Amino acid sequence: MSDWVEACEAGDIDEEDVMRFDHGGRTFAIYRSPDDEYFATDGLCSHEKVHLADGLVLDDIIECPKHNGRFNYKTGQARGAPVCVNLRTYPVKVDAGKILIQLG
Amino acid sequence: MVMQAGMFIIGAGECGGRAALALRDLGYDGPVTLVGDEPHLPYERPPLSKEAMTGDAPAIKAIASDEILAERSIRHIHSVQAVAIDRATHSVRLSDGSTLPYDKLLLATGSLPRRLPMPGLGPRCVYLRTFNDALAIRAHLKAGNRVAIIGGGFIGLELAAAARKLGASVTVIEAQPRILMRGVPAEIADIIHQAHEAEGVKILTGQGIAAVADDGTDVRITLAGGSDIVADLAVIGIGAVPVTSLAAEAGLTIDNGIAVDAELRTSDPDIFAAGDCCSFPLAVYGRRVRLEAWRNAQEQGALAARNMLGAGEAHAAVPWFWSDQYGLTLQISGLSDEGRSTVRRDLDDGAFILFHLAEDGRLVAASGIGPGNAVARDIRLAEMLIARRAKPAPEALGSQTVKLKSLLAA
Repeated sequence: MSDWVEACEAGDIDEEDVMRFDHGGRTFAIYRSPDDEYFATDGLCSHEKVHLADGLVLDDIIECPKHNGRFNYKTGQARGAPVCVNLRTYPVKVDAGKILIQLG
Repeated sequence: MVMQAGMFIIGAGECGGRAALALRDLGYDGPVTLVGDEPHLPYERPPLSKEAMTGDAPAIKAIASDEILAERSIRHIHSVQAVAIDRATHSVRLSDGSTLPYDKLLLATGSLPRRLPMPGLGPRCVYLRTFNDALAIRAHLKAGNRVAIIGGGFIGLELAAAARKLGASVTVIEAQPRILMRGVPAEIADIIHQAHEAEGVKILTGQGIAAVADDGTDVRITLAGGSDIVADLAVIGIGAVPVTSLAAEAGLTIDNGIAVDAELRTSDPDIFAAGDCCSFPLAVYGRRVRLEAWRNAQEQGALAARNMLGAGEAHAAVPWFWSDQYGLTLQISGLSDEGRSTVRRDLDDGAFILFHLAEDGRLVAASGIGPGNAVARDIRLAEMLIARRAKPAPEALGSQTVKLKSLLAA
């Protein structure tokens, strides 16, 4: 597969934080977990199309900045009202200090 | 075997709808009945003053579809009012003549717009509460039309923003010396005031209304100062009153809403109340409050469901609400009038947050405004600090270089 896309530098995202990444007319959210792993999901909340990268990361949860919808960003799973639709997740790898995400 | 009467919810809005879903999430498998007087599925109300006005095709934002309700065996009885509660027999009488039993009852009856106590109101003087109200208002929001908004609160101001977007001319009339007197600091209300004026809204503050005359086509509003405002539509947004009559007639205690304890239980142990209609002890301040807010309705609906099933869990959430007007979003966590001093934190793009501190230095509320969701993350962190009754150093709160998240660890 050759659809790995370079998103940012590994150091661009703080631990337990999130960054927005736009590519090819789509928007994604890239996360760095408290234990220093990287993850990626669709960038918009499944409730009202709000950018998740403006939200708060706590452990393995991203909270939507608008209505506190919660998702596990490692699995994409919706974690309670008002969200009920899961987020799509994407594979991430770190290569020579760069964050790459595989867009399907 | 005795038939189980099950869980009965009166009010099919955000709170009632969430409670019904939560009962199933919690594994309850007895009957769940949800009664509402509107013809719609349970739906979210916040969009009514926003997207439902300006979107291409207005539609309800349902909390649960017919399929979900069916799949989860939630019986939704719509277009029907509950007319009486018989506590002795544990039953509810409905406006369609039927009487249904309950084991536990949840009152999620919400609130209704406060009526303007004046003669002269007619068909062009309207209120906004339901989706059908929103459709009726939307029909008048167009270029060339004049809209008068009585009340400079959130509903009125969000409608003003929507009306301007659709090209109507808008005048907001507020009796108080400024808009958003209740619960919003002046510094933030000023920003919103300026945004409206920049968009061409005329805001008249400190203006009482002497008379209203509605001939079915035009509404003439005479201000206490003597001048007249003529509009094609007058929308009245002067607050809301809790719907308590059913509870009062059943003999339940009423205290600025249906009075409940920390577990949202009324003075009858088998009847709970939640959302806009109830007053409850807010633990973080140690006083009884009533909140008219979407998230409170949602959270209390879910909490009531847990306690109807015996969880015995006390309410612990911090109040939170938001408003969108033009490109600005306001978010407030906590109740800002609890504060005695204020620390300002400036963020990027003109956004800022006011932290409200009690006399002893405890963080009791945070109010933020900015473009898009610029303040969301810090307001959420502030909410967590408020819940912990933290006393963060004012210098740290005021400095953008100190991450709020680092204060949580302290």
